[in-house]
Amino acid sequence: MRVWSLFLVIATGTFLLRFSVIALWGKIGTVPDSIERGLRFIPPAVLSALVLPAIVTSGGHFEIGPPAAAGLVAILVARKTRNVFLTIVAGMAALWIIQAM
Amino acid sequence: MRGEPVQTRSLANRDGKQVSTQPEPARPRCLPRPGTILGPTALYCSKDHATWPILLGIVPFGLIAGISAVSVGLTPLHGVGMSILVFAGASQLAALQLIGRNAPFLVVAATALIINARLVMYSASLAPHFEEASTGRNALLSYLLTDQAYAFSIRRFAQRDETVRARLSYYLGAAITLWATWQISTAVGAFLGASIPDAWPLDFAIPLVFIALLVPAVGNRADAAAAGVAGALAVLFVGLPYNLGLPLAAATGIVVGIIVERNRS
Repeated sequence: MRVWSLFLVIATGTFLLRFSVIALWGKIGTVPDSIERGLRFIPPAVLSALVLPAIVTSGGHFEIGPPAAAGLVAILVARKTRNVFLTIVAGMAALWIIQAM
Repeated sequence: MRGEPVQTRSLANRDGKQVSTQPEPARPRCLPRPGTILGPTALYCSKDHATWPILLGIVPFGLIAGISAVSVGLTPLHGVGMSILVFAGASQLAALQLIGRNAPFLVVAATALIINARLVMYSASLAPHFEEASTGRNALLSYLLTDQAYAFSIRRFAQRDETVRARLSYYLGAAITLWATWQISTAVGAFLGASIPDAWPLDFAIPLVFIALLVPAVGNRADAAAAGVAGALAVLFVGLPYNLGLPLAAATGIVVGIIVERNRS
């Protein structure tokens, strides 16, 4: 895999996204309201699309197993504590305990 | 406003001028001299503004980004290079997850960029506050723009009417501290990654980081609808070729979120 060229493409694109409105401010108008409203939903939509397959599928099939249970534990801990570190530790520990049972 | 009198006094000493009895309330407490913005002053400034809880939050996230680079088969140098070039954690982890699944180049790049498209929103929100800054400074602050740096500075900018130099100092102080913390934690993760036993289920760390980011991102019913639909579709589409399910599911979730929000208001 052309790893470095992949990184360069992602890096350039990401920089342009960050610089976009800051660079063009005053030259063109601001971001239309409708687009900004769409951008607001990127974090919940994308993160959820990344999380759910990782915890409820296995080998390309739907499966409720130890990762799903551990994921649920992590979600509850995240809701309660809002702490990244505790969420990771709780999820890892839960997976380890459930798999050992 | 604690500390203001000290600040005015020291400024008066340095400039040898009289201090007005009514100091300007917006005067920043850690305004660096020109050219020292990248120096230790900036780091001092951020300490002043309590970046520490946020820094502690990104350390495990950075460690996992470094460890994951190695666990999907890249070298530690790739992990470090990716962090320096891209400097956007969620997209880095998503890209690594897809690299691990042998997804094609375009799908990896597109997924990472979809995740980072939210940065346009921050760019738009910060733009009016930095319109007088030079292009070079604007490029630098853009490279350093993250969820955390944004959340930090916009709160302050909304409260106080400061000079652009004061804003730059505040923003760069926080952003550079976040940058350094991220780079150090990914580097440590990448070099440690090689020595972690294969038996540890480290693949599971990436979804756990995403869970920690997802939960606070769901604030209302529209967010929940976007997350629910995107998640369910991503599971349904899991067998699609080239990992195309992810971008499709996310895009549909975003549209559903917009519709739900429109119907509520």
